[in-house]
Amino acid sequence: MRFIFKTSYVQDLALFRDRAQRNWYVALFIALLALPRLLPEYLGDISLVFIYALCGMALMVLVGYTGLVSLGHSAFLGIGAYAHVYFTQDLGMPWLAAVALAATVTAAAGMLVGLPALRMTGVYLTIATLAFALIIQEVLTRWDRVTGGLRGKPVQKAVVFGLSVGNEAGFYFLCLGFLIGCLWLTCNLLRSPTGRAWVAIRDSEVAAQSMGVNLAVYKTIAFAYSAGLMGVAGALFAHKISFLAPDIFSVLLSIQFLLMVAVGGLGSLHGAVFGAVFVALLPVVISQARDAVPVWAGQVFGVFGKDAGRAVFSVVDRFVKQPGLEPGIFGLILVLFILFEPLGVYGRWMKLRLYFSTFPLYKRATFKRQRAYMRSERLR
Amino acid sequence: MTFFQADGLAINFGGIRALDGVSFEVDAGQVFTIIGPNGAGKTTIFNLVSRIYDPTAGRLIFCGEDVTRVPPHEIARRGIARTFQNIELFEHATVLQNVLLGRHAHKRSYFAEELLFLPRVRALEIEHREAAEKVIDFLDLQPYRESLIINLPYGVRKVVEMARALCAEPKLLLLDEPSSGLSVEETEDMAFWIQDIRNLLGITVLMVEHDMSLVSAVSDRVLALNYGRSIAMGTAREVQDHPDVIKAYLGG
Repeated sequence: MRFIFKTSYVQDLALFRDRAQRNWYVALFIALLALPRLLPEYLGDISLVFIYALCGMALMVLVGYTGLVSLGHSAFLGIGAYAHVYFTQDLGMPWLAAVALAATVTAAAGMLVGLPALRMTGVYLTIATLAFALIIQEVLTRWDRVTGGLRGKPVQKAVVFGLSVGNEAGFYFLCLGFLIGCLWLTCNLLRSPTGRAWVAIRDSEVAAQSMGVNLAVYKTIAFAYSAGLMGVAGALFAHKISFLAPDIFSVLLSIQFLLMVAVGGLGSLHGAVFGAVFVALLPVVISQARDAVPVWAGQVFGVFGKDAGRAVFSVVDRFVKQPGLEPGIFGLILVLFILFEPLGVYGRWMKLRLYFSTFPLYKRATFKRQRAYMRSERLR
Repeated sequence: MTFFQADGLAINFGGIRALDGVSFEVDAGQVFTIIGPNGAGKTTIFNLVSRIYDPTAGRLIFCGEDVTRVPPHEIARRGIARTFQNIELFEHATVLQNVLLGRHAHKRSYFAEELLFLPRVRALEIEHREAAEKVIDFLDLQPYRESLIINLPYGVRKVVEMARALCAEPKLLLLDEPSSGLSVEETEDMAFWIQDIRNLLGITVLMVEHDMSLVSAVSDRVLALNYGRSIAMGTAREVQDHPDVIKAYLGG
């Protein structure tokens, strides 16, 4: 097992654990810079991964770090998207200023949702945010002077500092830049007292409170910050889908975001990114599998004769072409993860790493979930 | 001026009068212990002092200031820190993170600074870290600095919780059953630490405890409660020999 010899407190404040880790991230960054040349046909999908990673990070701050579960994040994304488009196209504001203002508006909305959240815990809060999502969707439909209502609203290409970001590669770099910037901001918060206060609220509200954490203030900050990030993501998302309609920002999208943080692994920013990769690329994989799997199946069963092959092809084909398949698979994956790997993809990765680094001495109990009966539930 | 004073504390939970006019005074630099049978209202007093509950009647005065209606998160800033009977640590965080949260009452950085992690935040973080390291050193927690709480044995968790409270640099430390769940040796260590906290750090300790050997080893004054009423006060010896206390514990 490798230990890092620490000689100064500054080392614990560094963004990267050691030089090796930093080099890995630099390598990843260079790979991402080279990606437009390597995989030009997938750039659109990867830009969506970046936007989803922003959403995942936003929700991770709230769910994974502060322990407040929200189903209202599709509404924040919608507010961000519509606000950004309104500011740039209807008011003619500069692009970056519009993004900043959209983030501010969304953060304010988040704060408004956060206020009643202070009085609610657990599933009741989730229901309240769900109601918020439905209300906002209705507002987006009815307020057609600003949102275009059900007719929708076309989104023009982004123009940043007079440069039109029309092509896919340009947009890819724009998303990458925003993702890295927001990751940096979030990392900063998480290594400061605010981040510690969030984790404290998640693990024990009573203890956090008696150590001087003002629950109301920090829960509101978490909501506002999370919503603000969603606002940024919304601005990029608007350009990505290039046409806004209220039904895009449905509760199903919120559930996808929740799936992202649950599958990625609660309580880590890595998890948010892994989850985003998973959720954004799964539809791509599914749609490719839809065409490929029946053909494979037909070929495999073709060895029993041509008729058998054709019959199997048509059965499998009918099955995979069902419209409900995608949400079904999403749901199944979420259930399987919660049952068998509550720590998500990142948790699995950590276990694997710990297993090898402590090889004969690995303790399974490290990741066992603690039973809660010892905790002072009655104080809540 | 009395250091800490509880004056006629009373609280009802529905029809149950958990505390009924309990008054006591704690002088600076004392170890003041509250004992009593189960359900006597000991932890309730702690929850009143740390403002988790609102008293039905009575006042709490700390350093000349009435803290009866101070919001719970302000209590730490006034200089009162506590531990919990059933350990309320942040389990999915490391010992160091837990201990650093104890510094929250001394937070001086603003959200915008933290967002950009300006040099001032960095300097403050290092300052917090130095304070935390002092406590870690004081309680011999160096081997556990980076371990997650869920990987630690119960005895160490108890000490970590005390470290977190000490990190807040309190004037008054509330220890809720510091020896519960500890082995005999760990309880002895706890006794030494409580004495060190009083003698070396000059922190006044208000403690709820069942283990009479620990109580008599460290307490300057002892208050015995039964059914929410105080039945005896004095040195550990005096209280232990008090007929009402013997009756409360053994019946009769």
